[in-house]
Amino acid sequence: MIRSLGMRALAALSLCALMMPGAAAARDLTVVGWGGSSQAAQRQVYYGPFTAQTRIPIQEDSWSGGLGVLRTRVQAGNVTWDVVQVEADELQIGCDEGLFERIDWAAMGGRDAFMPEAVSDCGVGAVAWTVGLAYDGARLREGPASWADFWDLQRFPGQRTLRRGPKYTLEIALMSDGVPPSEVYNVLRTPAGVDRAFRRLDQIKPNIIWWTAGAQPGQLLASGEVAMAAAYTSRMYAARRDDNRDLRVVWNGSIFAVDFWVVLRGSSNRDNAMRFIQFATRPENQSRFPTLAFQGATNLQAARQGEAAVAPSLATYPDNMRVSVPLDVEFWVDNIEELTQRFNAWAAR
Amino acid sequence: MKMPLAPVDRALRWGLLALCVLVFVFLLVPVLAVIPLSFNTGSYLTYPMTGFSTRWYEDFFTSSRWLPSLWNSVLVGSVATVLATTLGTAAALGLDRMGGVARQALNALFLMPIVVPVVVIGSSLYALFSALGLTASYLGLILAHALLGAPFVVITVAATLSGFDRRLLSAAMSLGATPWQAFRRVTLPLILPGVVSGGIFAFATSFDEIVVTLFLAGPQQRTLPLQMFDGVREQISPTITAAATLLFLVSLLLVVTIEWLRRRGERLRGSAVE
Amino acid sequence: MVRQPISRLTRPRFAAWLLVLPLFLFSAATFVVPIVMMLARSVQDPELSRAFPQTARLVAQWDGRDLPPAAVMNSFIAELRAARGTEGLSFAANRLNSEISGFRSMLLRTARTLPAAPLDDPAAALARIDPRWGERSTWAAMRRASGPLTDGFLLAALDRQRNDDGAIVRVPEERAVFVSVLIRTLWISAAVTAFCLVLGYPVAYLIASLPAKIANPLLVLVLIPFWTSVLVRTTAWVVLLQRDGLVNGLLQRLGFTDQPLALIYNRTGVLIAMVHVLLPLMVLPLYSVMKGIGRAPMLAAMSLGARPFEAFVRVYLPQSAAGIGAGCLLVFISALGYYVTPELVGGGGDQMISYFIAFYTNRTTNWGLAGALSLILLLATGLLYVAYARLSRSSAASA
Repeated sequence: MIRSLGMRALAALSLCALMMPGAAAARDLTVVGWGGSSQAAQRQVYYGPFTAQTRIPIQEDSWSGGLGVLRTRVQAGNVTWDVVQVEADELQIGCDEGLFERIDWAAMGGRDAFMPEAVSDCGVGAVAWTVGLAYDGARLREGPASWADFWDLQRFPGQRTLRRGPKYTLEIALMSDGVPPSEVYNVLRTPAGVDRAFRRLDQIKPNIIWWTAGAQPGQLLASGEVAMAAAYTSRMYAARRDDNRDLRVVWNGSIFAVDFWVVLRGSSNRDNAMRFIQFATRPENQSRFPTLAFQGATNLQAARQGEAAVAPSLATYPDNMRVSVPLDVEFWVDNIEELTQRFNAWAAR
Repeated sequence: MKMPLAPVDRALRWGLLALCVLVFVFLLVPVLAVIPLSFNTGSYLTYPMTGFSTRWYEDFFTSSRWLPSLWNSVLVGSVATVLATTLGTAAALGLDRMGGVARQALNALFLMPIVVPVVVIGSSLYALFSALGLTASYLGLILAHALLGAPFVVITVAATLSGFDRRLLSAAMSLGATPWQAFRRVTLPLILPGVVSGGIFAFATSFDEIVVTLFLAGPQQRTLPLQMFDGVREQISPTITAAATLLFLVSLLLVVTIEWLRRRGERLRGSAVE
Repeated sequence: MVRQPISRLTRPRFAAWLLVLPLFLFSAATFVVPIVMMLARSVQDPELSRAFPQTARLVAQWDGRDLPPAAVMNSFIAELRAARGTEGLSFAANRLNSEISGFRSMLLRTARTLPAAPLDDPAAALARIDPRWGERSTWAAMRRASGPLTDGFLLAALDRQRNDDGAIVRVPEERAVFVSVLIRTLWISAAVTAFCLVLGYPVAYLIASLPAKIANPLLVLVLIPFWTSVLVRTTAWVVLLQRDGLVNGLLQRLGFTDQPLALIYNRTGVLIAMVHVLLPLMVLPLYSVMKGIGRAPMLAAMSLGARPFEAFVRVYLPQSAAGIGAGCLLVFISALGYYVTPELVGGGGDQMISYFIAFYTNRTTNWGLAGALSLILLLATGLLYVAYARLSRSSAASA
């Protein structure tokens, strides 16, 4: 009796599972962010209110970049993501390759409503962010002041963490080696400059723990696993607020960039995806984002409306921008493939 | 009869014992050390504990990420188990009636998913399922998990069949039972422990599966191991230790059931085997 | 084998086939077909000939000296124009980029800027867009990718490539990675196997020599970690081995070290976690062989005057060799395909071959290379498994 009941329950369960969305048509609008505190803030400011207003449910996922991931999905016909937050070089290459849907700028409030770096045929700027040197003030009383200190294993013993990949890592290596921020990309454009960056990385290679997800450096710093990190500054401020950590950021020599919202080509939720981007970049919605996520707004009006108190911790704060290096998108569009390949072979050795 | 042992040999014996104790500590302590931490009041994963609380379990059962992933694991695991058990039991019964090369070849084919590295299975299925639109679907995940679980069912059912006295079947048939009746009344009760153990193995396989799931699952199909994988990679919160404790209890339950079934089977078959 | 085949007693033979058929079809569809397709990708090369069919045919006929004839260039320009904005172009770009890094952007830029009007001098027009079109190596790469079959991926998986003259050469030092990954995979698997043997043998010996009342619970203790999810165990190790974790705390309190040791995100962490996961796979086969040996041979040797240690080495150890072989092979085979544990507790230099299969499958689209690496991993696993099957069969026959 019990057994037959159990069997029936299992049969019902099987039926349930088979009828669940297998086909793309029934898939919820899927929005892909970068996890951790920044996605938590997006959930609060964008996903929830969007669903409340439009009755369109959102399924969220997170990723850690890499155009190959998107290329694989589009080329394999496996488009189960709709809206994705991508980096500037990924946006441009993907746009050229036809991986993304075109943006109807009139619907987004016009190109002029955004900072110039945040405008493209295939994407709308989502946030302005910075990657910088970070450390735990509770563990290092006399903290590092520059990337050169990041390489100083004598004064600051312990492990370091950098993003697994050439982007920012090579820039940082050159800055630590005395290349002035304004010269970094000129040096990187020469083969000798690239060799120099790798040689510099060789010096601390045994002390590097590589991170892939943006939430990792904060965790590694908090657990004392590493003494210093090249981390998203926004996450450091979020950890200060949420976990009471004394994580500190060195703005000097940090790298500034813009992330974009894009819609994957072949998305079965294209229209809703565009509606989401429109919603998430409107000034009244985007202006609430920096306060929560410590990332800068891309919509000019949103940037003006933001809370003044958080402004100094944002990538877009003038004093911060003055000492940071803007990511050279053109350089990475041309070189990301080759340098990634070289980086992977180097890191795997 | 006891022989006097030379000091060297006695030292060796004690050394052996000490080593064994250390190995058992090595095997068990890591998991056991984590369980108390899941009841810690603080959010640091170190001893001494600051106090007892169930807040991380509350977090687990109320969060919008953990509970759905548990439900996904149970759903995918159950359906994959039903599928694997049905297919595997039938195949084991069929193999038992076959002989020669065909039997050996089929048996090898059915067991192969255990031997082939999961990452090869995962990437191959990813390529195929992408083309078929089966990635990020429950159906695709269930099919893959059933594939990984079926070999265990074939093994356990075949093991019970090998101790099965065939004369019972011919007796039943000679008394006028139809083949189906003979199966229901004679074969099934005898192989049931094997079927159930196989099902448990299949469920445990699915419940723990991570590699193929990494390739195939979409955000809607996040399973508990997948959620833990992200957690371990990004942020080890005490909620993960709560999840780990719950998972551990499930495995413990499964081991005990399997052990119980095995002993019961041995008792039932009694001296007929060996 | 005294029992009669049941088929003669009860059902016709096709009933047996009917029972086997569903799992057979299921395995074929979800296992055999996808894996064969994946492996086949390691020698297939369809992208270029699909996007530029005529050019692929023509460039394959080119003798490889200087630059290809104008017919090739003209056909290429025509087909590139036609392929603009199509999926085929992006597949071909992907493929060519795996030959020469940077080919993708060059091809896409060329497709974008190619003038619409017919050209008098195709070679010069192409070279104006990008000087690399005037280089022999660019066209040699296209010739290599012209399909339909290639040995390029298999060669790449061994850090080899064909140069512009078609000879097999090593890839440049800074791009060579797979041979060292292969060696590392074998090395880690061997080290894990050795540790498992050293730790597992005494435990199996102890359990086998104890009466069932004590042996059974001990076996369950071995089984519990075996059944515990890999994720649970890995979580446990991360918590334990962290810089501020339990192990470092204990070591410091006991005064073994004053600086916390780096126990995780490196090779040490990988070895510890993998040995922990795989140890039961060593203990169980050893135990089952030792159980069959019993205590009699040892006692006999000792009654003939051998000291216990001597009796063990001379008599017991050789008899348990089958168990050692089976356990080692089982652990080694399982270790070869490990992915999750090194990914979570290892560093950049600790990733094994499985990591790269996954990487080329869903992080970079290079299914040819993923297929070639899969083939290598499968071959290694298959050979060892055949050895394992031989060993366990011969030990079963002799028992």
